[in-house]
Amino acid sequence: MAVASVVVVGAGHGGFQLAASLRQHGFDGRVVLISDEPELPYQRPPLSKDYLAGKIGLDMLLMRPAAFFAEHRIEVVSGVAATQIDRAAKAVVLSDGKRLAYDHLVLATGARNRVPPLPGIELDGVCYLRNLAETEALKQRLAAARSAVVIGAGFIGLEFAAIARSKGAPVHIVELVDRVMARVVCPDTSAHFAAAHRKTGVEFSFGARIERLGGAGGKVSHVVLQDGRNLPADLVVISIGVVPNEALAAAAGLPVENGVAVDEMLLTADPDISAIGDCASFPSRHSLKNPVRLEAVQNAADHARCVAERLMGKPQPYAALPWFWSEQGDQRLQIAGLTTGFQQVVLRGDYAAGQYSAFCYAGDRLLGIESINKPADHAFARRLLAAGRSVTPEQAADESFDLRAAAMARG
Amino acid sequence: MPSVTYVSHDGKSTTLDVPLGTSVMQAAVLNGLDGIVAECGGSCMCATCHVYVREDQLSKLPEMELGEDAMLDGTASPRRPNSRLSCQLVMTPPMDGLVVEMPETQT
Repeated sequence: MAVASVVVVGAGHGGFQLAASLRQHGFDGRVVLISDEPELPYQRPPLSKDYLAGKIGLDMLLMRPAAFFAEHRIEVVSGVAATQIDRAAKAVVLSDGKRLAYDHLVLATGARNRVPPLPGIELDGVCYLRNLAETEALKQRLAAARSAVVIGAGFIGLEFAAIARSKGAPVHIVELVDRVMARVVCPDTSAHFAAAHRKTGVEFSFGARIERLGGAGGKVSHVVLQDGRNLPADLVVISIGVVPNEALAAAAGLPVENGVAVDEMLLTADPDISAIGDCASFPSRHSLKNPVRLEAVQNAADHARCVAERLMGKPQPYAALPWFWSEQGDQRLQIAGLTTGFQQVVLRGDYAAGQYSAFCYAGDRLLGIESINKPADHAFARRLLAAGRSVTPEQAADESFDLRAAAMARG
Repeated sequence: MPSVTYVSHDGKSTTLDVPLGTSVMQAAVLNGLDGIVAECGGSCMCATCHVYVREDQLSKLPEMELGEDAMLDGTASPRRPNSRLSCQLVMTPPMDGLVVEMPETQT
């Protein structure tokens, strides 16, 4: 059964890569990318880094220039949302009323900001940092900000804080739990990053709950904590994570469980519909617990490559090693593998000097490796884990153990 | 304007104008060239913009920093003595006429 038309809902990293990979493999049918944003597909990681810092412009954000899409016959339908999937008729209904028929549909709908139900959340000056429009708005605000409060100490909140400090704005980060990036890194790494940010003047309130956002004349002016403190803020950044865009799938009767449920081939319960990237909940051989849903460029792009190959008649279960990175001021964090559920952490390198790796284990299983300002370890970690190899906690702790040799070994 | 010639793994050559200050990776991506992925967007984080530089031109390139050297150990295609990450090759006048070969795979 030949697929003659592939429709992709979402034009982020996953959606774009799917279209590009199909053409790279010589797919000759119709490829349509539906995007609810007005721009051509663009890269998201630089938004909270070089783009917000003003180091690069929009031209450097675009995945490809406009001509690429025409040349490769990739139809980009911008500024339009998919509102319904008609599975019986194999068509997608769009917000402008049009219908698009598909042979295969790929959901690459991504995720959206989690918005806390706080009084005052609607005030002017409350910003987010996920898409280009939000980043533009934030950039304008930041230029004039006298004091910023960041709600949530994850990657995005911390990356923003580093840039805000570099521009001289006072930054106070309010975090519900007791450490930064608690969901993704070990406590040693949290401590390292908190210290690095404090050194640049960032203030933290951990274990802190917010009562409300206060303002005057419709503009935010302060954040009220439940302990009674008042933090001045003419800019508030909400960075408490995202929720997957799964409503389209759910309304079409497809199973969802913290994302659109897919199997190891990244297929939903409907053999004509796949889901990839941030919106997909999938079984990963690299995870202690399954299914998982990951928010990462690598994940979205490798999912896309896997689905494109399946559509071209070369089905393979998804097996790519997850990896992540963050740049916060002069600090570089690179993670290989999925460390959730670790019981033991072994540090290798010079923790005090801020150049080390944290090897995270559950029992004797090496789950993943966090490398802090240690790109060589990260390169080896990716090779090691992708090949399904491991090093023992004793080897990891032993500086004389040759990590390179272990990573580069064949077979 | 300086130019760079990109040779794909199957031998197809493409010559692009690359403005001073633009990286060899950026020019490839902006021109929609297959063969350079640049998953991290040029932060020296992913090792998917790997190229092989013509041996006699290696001395014209910016010095390799530790981060690039390290990440080159994580490339999908084998690292060779003339391997570089193209996101780190920012165009300077002596680099005019550079020839880079793209590896079989970046991922």
